[in-house]
Amino acid sequence: MVTRGFTGRRPTRPDAERLPPGQYLTEDFPVLQLGPTPRIDLARWRFTIRQGAKPLASWSWEEFQALPRTRWTGDIHCVTKWSKFDTAWEGVGIDDLLAAAGIAAPTAYLLAEGYDDYTTNVPVADLTGGKAMVATAYAGAPIPPDHGGPARLLVPHLYFWKSAKWVKGLRFTQADEAGFWEQRGYHMSGDPWREQRFTDD
Amino acid sequence: MALAWQEATIAAAAPETPRVRRLSLAVGWERPFRAGQHVDVRLTAPDGYQAQRSYSIASPPTRPGLIDLMVERLDDGEVSGFFADVAAVGDAIELRGPIGTFAWEPGQGGPLLLVGGGSGVVPLLSMLRHRAEAAPEVPALLLYSARTPEAVIARDELVRRGATEPAFRLMLCLTRVAGGRRIDTARIAEVLAHLGRPAHTFVCGSNPFVGAAADLLVDAGVPPRTIRTERFGG
Repeated sequence: MVTRGFTGRRPTRPDAERLPPGQYLTEDFPVLQLGPTPRIDLARWRFTIRQGAKPLASWSWEEFQALPRTRWTGDIHCVTKWSKFDTAWEGVGIDDLLAAAGIAAPTAYLLAEGYDDYTTNVPVADLTGGKAMVATAYAGAPIPPDHGGPARLLVPHLYFWKSAKWVKGLRFTQADEAGFWEQRGYHMSGDPWREQRFTDD
Repeated sequence: MALAWQEATIAAAAPETPRVRRLSLAVGWERPFRAGQHVDVRLTAPDGYQAQRSYSIASPPTRPGLIDLMVERLDDGEVSGFFADVAAVGDAIELRGPIGTFAWEPGQGGPLLLVGGGSGVVPLLSMLRHRAEAAPEVPALLLYSARTPEAVIARDELVRRGATEPAFRLMLCLTRVAGGRRIDTARIAEVLAHLGRPAHTFVCGSNPFVGAAADLLVDAGVPPRTIRTERFGG
């Protein structure tokens, strides 16, 4: 349906090719979260991989810093329609994390869990093979608390709600269990290039 | 259940403040919305180019076939500029919704603390209007920060509600007037002294506003899990 009188302001051709459908480019770094920013003490911070309730591996902040580091620079896309180009992150790749834990993924699905009790489901196939990391630095500095520091999941090829802020662990599940937003009408997969914003998009 | 795009017709349009235009849209909802939720709006140019944005609903859910949006004109706003200058009564706009978990229902009760900065008051207006109709006994307080008196959205209505609704208190913070003040520790203490400990707190506004207000509330002892935030421009 053409909107009467709307012409729009198109991004440049190179920008347009990098923008998934329905997204616009922002230079800011907007914040989207459910509540106040949690206050996380690094001395008590832990990252734990579980299968169901059973812990498989766990690291303190200091131990986590000693794991192999990965860098990634690229574009991120929020379901609230903004995209940001050329964001630079550093952290521990999920492949390296599983290797450090000495395990192979025991199931094909997991829930990322945050210190704010937020959860989001991501298939293992979307995390391994160099696709994702637990990021601890953004633009060369520790991630600010508003943006999910001290550590957040980074799954940049999916809408950014999948990149759980204040992440405290990954919990493998037998089936693809809906996380917080997914239980509230958001898409189970969240591929921005297929514009999977809401259930059945 | 899929959220389908639907055509909505602009039934009325009027200036709300010098920078905000109120648009009433006739919608065919398949389900009621909850006060505080938003809609996604999609505009399409003749060549197929589209732009989408989210806008909170200002009206209460008790008027389900008609929703009010308040569109603030942003500098160089691609979509807000269209709504400010071009959109007219009778035009059809595509939208889908309702969307979001930033919502209050009368059954949740109170005390209800609403903290809004600028056009962040819009979803809180829906809650206040719904509360007045459905649960006027629920204690509620709106702490609303705006730059000037002219920039206050729904000013006459809010002042009237403050004067006539016994369980509702309005606290305005004007930041760009002589003697103006921002929301600070002292103001939050004043709010909590009046309202008591809120059962539900909703904070909406710009990113820096919401971050600062939520931190002040947590510092004042409001349990973080009872605070919901919604940030504009994000």
